[in-house]
Amino acid sequence: MSSFLKQLVRLSHGENVWDVMAVRRRWYLITAAVLLVCVLGLAVRGLNLGIEFRGGAEFRAPVDVTATTVDDTRQAVEQLDLPDMTDITVTTIGDHTVSVQTRTLTTEEVTAVRAGLASFAQVQADQVSYSLIGASWGQQITQKGIIALAVFLVLVGLTISIYFRDWKMAVAAIAAVLHDLVVTIGVYAWVGFTVSPATLTAVLTILGYSLYDTVVVFDKVRENVRELRSTQETYAGAANRALNEVLIRSINTTIIGVLPIFALLIAGVFVLGTGPIKDLSLAMFVGMLAGAYSSIFVATSLLVDMKIREPQMVAWQKTVAERAERARELAAQGAGNGVAVGVQVADGDESGVDLPTADMGAATGGTAGVDGDRHQPSRLPRSRRKAQE
Amino acid sequence: MATRSTHRSSNRRLHPWRPLTALTVILLVLFGTMAALSSWTPKLGLDLQGGTTITLTASNTSGSGSVDPASLEQARTIIQQRVDSLGVGESEVTTAGNDQITVSVPNVSQDRLRDMVGQTAQLGFRVVYYSEAVASPTASPEASASPGASASPGASASGSTPQANPSGGASASATPQGNNLPTAAPSAAASTDPAAGLPSPSPYPTEAGQGTAPDQALSWQPTNQDAANFLAYTCGDPVVDTPDQPLITCDREGTAKYLLGPTVISGNQITTASAGIPQGQLQWVVSLSFDDAGTKLFGDATTQLYQGTPSSQFAIVLDGKVVSAPQVTQGPILTGQATIDGGSAGFTQEDAQNLASVLKYGALPLAFSIDSVDTVSPVLGGEQLTGAIIAGLLGLGLVVVFAVLIYRALSVVTISSLVIAAALTYALMVLLGESLGVALNLPGVAGGIVGIGVTADSFIILYERVKDEVRAGRTVRSAVESGWVKARGTILISDGVQMLSAVVLFVLSIGAVRGFAFILGLSTIIDIVVTFMFSKPLMTVLMRSRFFRDGHRWSGLEASTIGVEELPGLRPRTVPATSGEEA
Repeated sequence: MSSFLKQLVRLSHGENVWDVMAVRRRWYLITAAVLLVCVLGLAVRGLNLGIEFRGGAEFRAPVDVTATTVDDTRQAVEQLDLPDMTDITVTTIGDHTVSVQTRTLTTEEVTAVRAGLASFAQVQADQVSYSLIGASWGQQITQKGIIALAVFLVLVGLTISIYFRDWKMAVAAIAAVLHDLVVTIGVYAWVGFTVSPATLTAVLTILGYSLYDTVVVFDKVRENVRELRSTQETYAGAANRALNEVLIRSINTTIIGVLPIFALLIAGVFVLGTGPIKDLSLAMFVGMLAGAYSSIFVATSLLVDMKIREPQMVAWQKTVAERAERARELAAQGAGNGVAVGVQVADGDESGVDLPTADMGAATGGTAGVDGDRHQPSRLPRSRRKAQE
Repeated sequence: MATRSTHRSSNRRLHPWRPLTALTVILLVLFGTMAALSSWTPKLGLDLQGGTTITLTASNTSGSGSVDPASLEQARTIIQQRVDSLGVGESEVTTAGNDQITVSVPNVSQDRLRDMVGQTAQLGFRVVYYSEAVASPTASPEASASPGASASPGASASGSTPQANPSGGASASATPQGNNLPTAAPSAAASTDPAAGLPSPSPYPTEAGQGTAPDQALSWQPTNQDAANFLAYTCGDPVVDTPDQPLITCDREGTAKYLLGPTVISGNQITTASAGIPQGQLQWVVSLSFDDAGTKLFGDATTQLYQGTPSSQFAIVLDGKVVSAPQVTQGPILTGQATIDGGSAGFTQEDAQNLASVLKYGALPLAFSIDSVDTVSPVLGGEQLTGAIIAGLLGLGLVVVFAVLIYRALSVVTISSLVIAAALTYALMVLLGESLGVALNLPGVAGGIVGIGVTADSFIILYERVKDEVRAGRTVRSAVESGWVKARGTILISDGVQMLSAVVLFVLSIGAVRGFAFILGLSTIIDIVVTFMFSKPLMTVLMRSRFFRDGHRWSGLEASTIGVEELPGLRPRTVPATSGEEA
C-alpha cells in the first residue's frame, strides 16, 4: 500500500509510472465484468420506477412518525373503500411526513383520499399534498430524455471530431459515456433506489461530466501524439504518458467533484429520506466515479486500439521498434529484455515496476530512447526547447 | 527569444490587476443591483417553495397530423388567462416540447386550478336576450386592452363598410338591449309574471343534458327563473358554461351583464379567423368564416337578429365570459363569411388581434389531457432545500480540507475561486429570477454542485501544467504563464463540451430538467469567467511573493511536491545550480 502511495507521489512528480495501456485487455475484462453485473442487475432486479414513470397518485401528509404510522395510514386509506385500492405503498419521509402511493385516481377519488388522510393526520385537507401522474407521462419523459440523449451524443461527437480532427476520439468518448450510463442504471437496479425525473436529470448531468473528463484526457493525448516523431514513441506510448500525466488531475478533480455529492447522498439517504435529493445524488455519485474511470480506462484504451490499427501507425510502430532495437544493439545491452515482441509487460501496474526502467515493450511502445532514470518523463522536446531558447 | 519572452512576461506583470479589478467591479455592480432591488434571495422553484405543477398534453382532434405550434401558443394564452383569473399569484404557463403546456402555480393544492386548466375551451356564439350595464370597479372599458372592452362591434356582411354602432364604448352595454324589458322585471316573449322572489342565482335553469340543441337554440325563451337569476346575478359570481343551457354572465371586465340563450354556434364550427384592415379602409376588423353547419346556423341567427328578436346582438362567449357582443347591422349573413368591426369607436390593432385569437382558439383542433399534477407542500420543499444547503456546505467544507491537504497555501486560489464563483452564481440567480423569472429548483442545486467540481478542475488543470513547466526547467513564475497558455485550451474545450450538453438539455428537455441545464450552463460560463479573470491573475499576483516563487514549505510549490530537486531559476544559495535536473 505504501508502495502504491509512493507511486502516486512519483506520479504527481510527473513520472511515467504505470504502463496502463500495456494491459488494455485487463481493463476491457474488468469493464466487461462490471457491465455484465450491471446488465444482470437490470434483468434480474429491474428498476424501481417512481410513480412519475408508472403512473399513479402519491399523497404526502404531515404526521409525526411513530412505529405504527405506516400501518395506521394504510388503514386510514383502506377505510375509504375505494375500488381497486389493494396496491397501496405507504412510506415515511423523515420524521414528519408520510407518503401514500396508489394507482391513478379520478378527481373525486383524489378528494376522498385527501380528506381521509387529512382527518387521519388531523390537518386541513390542503396540507395534504399530492401528485397525480397519468400513465403516459413517464413514457413521454423517457422518450424526450432519449431524444435529448441522441441529439446530445451526435452533437458532442461532431464537436469532438472537429476539435480533435479525429472521429475516433469521438467514438471512444461516446463509448465511455454509454459505459457510464449502463453502470449508473445497473447500480440503480441493484441498490433499488427509486428512479424519478430527478434521477434522469442526474444521469444526463453525468453524461456531460463524463465527456468533460474524457476531453481533458484526450487533449493531453493529442498533445503528446503531436510530438510522436521527436519523442520516438508509439501511439500507445504517447497515450500512456498522457494518462500518467493526467491521472493526478483526474483523481483530484474527481475527489473534489464527488465530495459535495457524497455529502448530498448521505443527507438524502440518512436525513431527508425519499425525495429528489436522494434520487439524484446516487446517480451523480456513481456516474462521476464511472466517468472518471471510463475516461481513462475505457475511452483511452479504445482509442489506442483503434489508432494502432491505422496503417500509418502500424508503420510508425515498426520504425520505433527497429530504432529501439538498433539503439539497444549499439548500447550492447544484452540481458534479453530488449526486443520484447509480446505484449508481455503486464507487470506494470500493482507490482510497482517502474516504466522507464522496465521494458515497455514494442507493443505499447515505450520511449525508444536510452533515458534511464529520469524525473522528467519524456516530454523534453518542445517545452525544453522553448525553455532553453 | 530570451529577451522576447522576458518582455512578454514583464508585460504580463502589468496585467493581472486589470481582470481582477474588472471582476471586482462586476461583483460590485451585481450586488449593488441586488441591494437596489433589495432582493437577496433567488426565486425558488416549486419543488423547493411548494406549489402545484400541472402538465397538459395536447392532441390533435382533427385526427391527422401533429400539433401546430401556433395553435399551442394560443391555447397557452387562453390557459394563462384562466389561471390568472384564479388570482393565485405568480403563475407561469409555458409550452414545452411540441405538444405540452406546463402550468406552475406557487400555491399548494389548487383543486380548482386542476379542473379549470384541464377543461377544453368553451367558445360559443349565443343570442343576447338582455344586457345591462353594471357599475364596474375597473377603469373605463375603452382604456382596457381586451377586445370585450372595445366598443360594441357591429357584425356585418363580409366586405361591407363598417357600420357605426348606435351605442359606442361603455354606453353600448349601458342601454338595455332586447325587448325593451323594464329593468325591474323581464317581460320576456313567454309572457309570464315578473320574477317574484327567488333570489338564488342558479346558473342552471334546467338539468344539464336536457337543454336546448343548437338548432333549437334560436327559439329558446327565458323563463321567470332565468329572469330572476339575471336580476340576482352580480358580476364575478361563478358561472358554469354549459352549451345547451342559457347563460347569465358578464363581459370580461365586469361592466355589463347578459342573459344569453343556449349556444347557437360552437367554436369548432369556426374555420378561420383573422384580424386585418380591409383594402381601402382604415379600421381594424376581424374576419371569420364558418363551416357548412355553422354557416347555416349563423345565417338563421343573423336573419332573426336583424329583425331584432330578441335583440340585435349576439355574444361571443369564451369560458363563460362574454368576449364581444357584436350587433347585426347589415342584414342576414348567409355566406358563412362575416366581419366584425369595432363599431363607432373602432378596434385598435390589439383589440382586433385579441378577438381573432379568441375566435381561432375556438377553432383549435386541440384537446388536452392532464398528464401530471404535482403538488409539493412548502414544508417538504423547505426540508429538501435545507437538506441540500447543509449538505452542499458540508461538501464544500470537505473540498476545502482536501484542497488544503493537496495544494497547501496555493489552495487559497481554489477556495477563493469557488467563493467567487458561488457569489457570481448566487447574484446572477437572484437577478435573473427578478428579471426573467428564472427559478432555482432542486435539479438546479444539483447543477450548481457539479459546478463545484468543474470550477475546481480548472485550477487543478492549471496547477498540473505549472508543475510540468517547472519540471521542464522554467522558473515558477514563468511556469505559471506558459502553463496557463497550455491549460487554457484544455479548460476552454472541456467547458465547451459541458456548455454544449447544457444547451442541448435546455432546448430538448422539459420541466425541472431545464432549470438544471440552465444552472449548469450558467456555472460553466462563470467557470470560464472566474478562471480567466480571477484564478489565473491571482496566480500571477501570488507568484510575486517569494513565498510561492521560491517554493517555500507549505506553499504548494515546493521542489519536493513538484518533483524536482530544486526549483529552477532560484538565486544560487550554495551551489550554482540552474536546474535541478539534467542540466
